[in-house]
Amino acid sequence: MFSHLRTMWLVFLHLFRKKATIQYPEEKIKLHPRYRGRIVLTKDPDGGERCVGCYLCAAACPVDCIALQATEDENGRRYPEFFRINFSRCIFCGYCEEACPTYAIQLIPDFEMAEYNRQNLVFEKEDLLINSQGKYPGYNFYRVAGMDAGVKRKGEGETEELPVDVHSLLP
Amino acid sequence: MLGVLFVLLNIAAGLIWVERRLLALWQDRLGPNRAGPLGIFIVLADTLKLFFKEDWIPPFADKWVFITAPAIVAGSVLMSFVIIPFAPHIVVADLNIGLLFFLAMSSLGVYSIVLGGWASNNKYSLLGALRGASQMIAYEVFMGLSLMGVVMLTGSFNLGKIVEAQKDIWFIVTQPLGFIIFFIAGIAETHRLPFDIPEAESELIAGYHAEYSGMKFGMFFIGEYLGITLISAMTVTLFFGGWLGPGFLPPLVWFALKTVGFIGLFILLRASLPRPRYDQLIEYGWKVLLPLVLANIMITGAIALWMKS
Repeated sequence: MFSHLRTMWLVFLHLFRKKATIQYPEEKIKLHPRYRGRIVLTKDPDGGERCVGCYLCAAACPVDCIALQATEDENGRRYPEFFRINFSRCIFCGYCEEACPTYAIQLIPDFEMAEYNRQNLVFEKEDLLINSQGKYPGYNFYRVAGMDAGVKRKGEGETEELPVDVHSLLP
Repeated sequence: MLGVLFVLLNIAAGLIWVERRLLALWQDRLGPNRAGPLGIFIVLADTLKLFFKEDWIPPFADKWVFITAPAIVAGSVLMSFVIIPFAPHIVVADLNIGLLFFLAMSSLGVYSIVLGGWASNNKYSLLGALRGASQMIAYEVFMGLSLMGVVMLTGSFNLGKIVEAQKDIWFIVTQPLGFIIFFIAGIAETHRLPFDIPEAESELIAGYHAEYSGMKFGMFFIGEYLGITLISAMTVTLFFGGWLGPGFLPPLVWFALKTVGFIGLFILLRASLPRPRYDQLIEYGWKVLLPLVLANIMITGAIALWMKS
């Protein structure tokens, strides 16, 4: 009996506690930098697309919401011809970001993407590309990659040495 | 009388909002606070929703009994309000057997549960109805007996006279045991949590009103809130001096304030206590409360006789 009264009293005291509710549209929750929200495609410091169209994100995606088609420009630089994410399927698991070898696809702290029309949730490349380097500023894949795709000549990249002229090694 | 009816039905509807807000506050939430000032228009939204829901009668149900049952609960509770003195001379019917009338009407309420559960033709509804019947019959006994102390001290069944008799000292002081037992029986009578065993969402889905929808469910809903108001008003009238109070507020306001306090207590009970098992409830009733209430009657009677001589 007394434990019941004590319970009631303790519950009554909750009247004066701080409420857990965050009144959303007026008050916003603090989103941390690594919050997994909307997916974006970032650019490298030169302003070129980071995505090389390797399909690893599409393969990693557990709900198959990523569709893309890789192509090449005249320098041999790979990029996606189209890149499409269906956000009505996306579960924001972040596997695509983990799979991406060039830090191109990234999840950002933004979740406010409600739409009245379901078709509007299908984001094309123009919608996904942002003019920023995202979480990895200064990273340029084609500068550290071995291949020449018009960004740097062979052997001129960072952490790279010029190819050895094999004729100079002759005895 | 129409005024009383109007106020009561509005209170019953407003309690939807009060209960949701208070429960939320006690659970560290805010509750409905969007529609209108402080979210009070949630009442309108809820009512409109109930009105526009499909009013479905299951094909396997006993149609006429099914329709009648929800009307009985609201009707019988509203009838009980007839005898409550809200302030001096503000009472619908000043019956000299007011208390008996209240007990009779609250017993009639059990018909709605039994008939509703039976007519639904559904095993969970039937289980809820059976539980409701035995719970209400058990607690009806102590409810009546717990009030006998008050009747003995007053010498009348008339609620106006009972309030007048508390001019010097409220009956909560002279009849504390009677108050506790009446209040517990009242909770069981309105089948509110923690004694909501006939409904028991987690075990019987919704018990006797599982098959009800639309405004028929609304009637059960309103009946429950009216029941809370009724038990609170009766507790105030019988044990807390009814309209009596210091002169700086009119009697009607005192009555309303005390009643609102008890309604809050009902909601606090819902927020804090878990539901006992069915057999525990019945055992508690017959093995603990019945001897206590009989002792209360005997002691009160003895003291009343001793004071007289």
